[in-house]
Amino acid sequence: MKKKLKFNRDWCKGCGICVEFCPKNVLELDDELKIYAPRSGDCIFCKMCELRCPDIAIQIIETQEESDEEK
Amino acid sequence: MKKNEILFLQGNEVCARAAMYAGVSFYAGYPITPSTEIAEVLAELMPAEGKAFMQMEDEISSICAIIGASLTGNKVMTATSGPGFSLMQEAIGYGHMAEIPCVIVNVQRGGPSTGMPTSASQADVMQTRWGTHGDHSVIALTASNHEDIFAMTVEAFNFSELYRMPVVLLLDEVIAHMREGLTIPEPGELPIIERLNTSVPEDSDYHPYFAREDGRLPMSEFGGIHRYNVTGLAHDMWGFPSNDPEVANTLIHHLVNKVENYKHDIARYKTTNMDDADIVLISYGCSARSAKQTMSNLRQRGLRVGMIELQTLWPFPDDIIYDLCRDARYVVVAEMNMGQVLHQVKEAVSNPDRVFLANRVDGALINPEDIENVVNLLRGKGK
Amino acid sequence: MAVTDYLREQFMPHIWCPGCGHGIVLNSLVRAVEQIGLEKNDVVMVSGIGCSARMAGYLDFHTMHTLHGRALAFATGAKMGNPRLKVIVPMGDGDALAIGGNHFIHAARRNMDLTAIVMNNNIYGMTGGQFSPATPKNRYATTAPYGTIDEPFDVVKVATAAGASFVARSTTYHVNELIKLIREGIEHPGFSVIEILDQCPTYYGRKNLSGSAVDMLKHFKENSVKIGKGTGAPGEIEIGVFVKEVRPEYCDKYESLVKEVQGGKK
Repeated sequence: MKKKLKFNRDWCKGCGICVEFCPKNVLELDDELKIYAPRSGDCIFCKMCELRCPDIAIQIIETQEESDEEK
Repeated sequence: MKKNEILFLQGNEVCARAAMYAGVSFYAGYPITPSTEIAEVLAELMPAEGKAFMQMEDEISSICAIIGASLTGNKVMTATSGPGFSLMQEAIGYGHMAEIPCVIVNVQRGGPSTGMPTSASQADVMQTRWGTHGDHSVIALTASNHEDIFAMTVEAFNFSELYRMPVVLLLDEVIAHMREGLTIPEPGELPIIERLNTSVPEDSDYHPYFAREDGRLPMSEFGGIHRYNVTGLAHDMWGFPSNDPEVANTLIHHLVNKVENYKHDIARYKTTNMDDADIVLISYGCSARSAKQTMSNLRQRGLRVGMIELQTLWPFPDDIIYDLCRDARYVVVAEMNMGQVLHQVKEAVSNPDRVFLANRVDGALINPEDIENVVNLLRGKGK
Repeated sequence: MAVTDYLREQFMPHIWCPGCGHGIVLNSLVRAVEQIGLEKNDVVMVSGIGCSARMAGYLDFHTMHTLHGRALAFATGAKMGNPRLKVIVPMGDGDALAIGGNHFIHAARRNMDLTAIVMNNNIYGMTGGQFSPATPKNRYATTAPYGTIDEPFDVVKVATAAGASFVARSTTYHVNELIKLIREGIEHPGFSVIEILDQCPTYYGRKNLSGSAVDMLKHFKENSVKIGKGTGAPGEIEIGVFVKEVRPEYCDKYESLVKEVQGGKK
């Protein structure tokens, strides 16, 4: 089982809280001010982004997939 | 209590006992003259039967608490008087919008404002109809004697469950504090309408605001198998807020029609000597007691006087009044305000110029002579 | 269960502004309920009016969205009407302390098992940024263009003085602690108050040049101290559990009263 970041772009309002407080600088807002994870390999799955997201747009899920690269 | 025992009771006590008879299981209130005895009696009776009685911090919290308790499956009531009734208006509107069964007793006293707390008045008739903001219909009942206080209290609970809405029982200081004998009805003697719970099974889509074919809206209590939303905002049939004009339009029409379409079922009134009456007295509550005496005094003098006593004030039984007053030479409305039911009667009858007011607003009970004087004046026989 | 299992997903994304702290409170509340393992059918949420009150509509509990300031009064009836249920009451600072102030202190006095979550963003958000009884002195609002002269309420002190048996404070930055405190509040058998300092970047932030939601969270981070560890400097935010005492709960007391009355003891 691998852990993986999952984003809900439809719910994300681009406030940037997750980006600012990520301890590993994994996250960014894209050109449309939606969350994405350009450095997902650095993620330590501390869940701080998930817990602080006001839009419930981030989930850390467990997956069977080999790759933990983000979409 | 022994079978058919006659008790010597105050009107407020009758109301409290009738609420118990109807199955009240939650009461919340705040002390206010002249309604306080209702709370005092229930504070004693309810715990003894395992029912919940609460004294709240004000009338606003009282009405809010009973609406909350109604949603968790209780038959609920609060009782108050003028100033408290004013404070309750916003939440009464919520009860109408969210369609929550509850009974509000308003023992009327002199107003406006603090007015005459220990004096008689019937000046809250229009507030009962129009006290909240926005459009909706209301049901309001009243009574002039203890047997009727009992019956109308039970009826208020029945209507609140049947039509899923707040129902107001408008009493007044005179009948509330007056004592007379009453035989408490036996269980089963008066019909009791229980809450209609939905038959929609678990995990199915339940619509709390979707009427059955017979017009009734089945409920599901909070804590039960259906989770839904209740709001004072305009809402759809699931109870979720909606800005859709069509949804709002349907809702407002429903809140009016669910009462107005059944106004004949809701109309409670008594007629006396109406067969040959050419002078009709219309009255209700404490004033009806005096009007009855006026009628009998005038009948003894050979005048053909009849009387209509209203027990349902809202929805106003206008077509019934129209029919009953068609042949009347004069209609005299006897009430303790500046003409609140008078206004409704004038709207209802074919000839409003023949409708007159016999009133009193000084806090003292209107007496038979007050009404008789008006009839005499009309007949050109003024004192 | 996943967090989203507690949401009425058809209404998401919610109406709150980007960066609004109310969403973080919603997020934490759901996790607290999940940790306790409450059945959705056993939870009643009663809210009043305001941005905070819209929380009820998003949650798949039995939800009652009531009148401004009156949520605790409705909740009192709902709980007394069926004491088996867990009743959670999210409120804003104006909702809880201004128009609802009387109900707040009396609910605390009664010690009925309700969980009051006061989402304190120091402003009236829904009506567009007017000052509230929790707006600090000399701050700006649309109805305080020259700064407020009013003294604010301290939610913790009010709740404590009024008799709440569980009183805690946290912020939307301290999410792990927040989840724990909400959980403790729900589990506490009496009236619980959890004050959550919560950012309103749209109105409070803009009017007071507090920056973005991120800046406001940084402010919470930098100015918060554990209870008793502070220096007493102005603007310091003490967080943690201030009161936690098990006192007789109202519905329990009423049940005992009923038993005594029925047993002929009273």
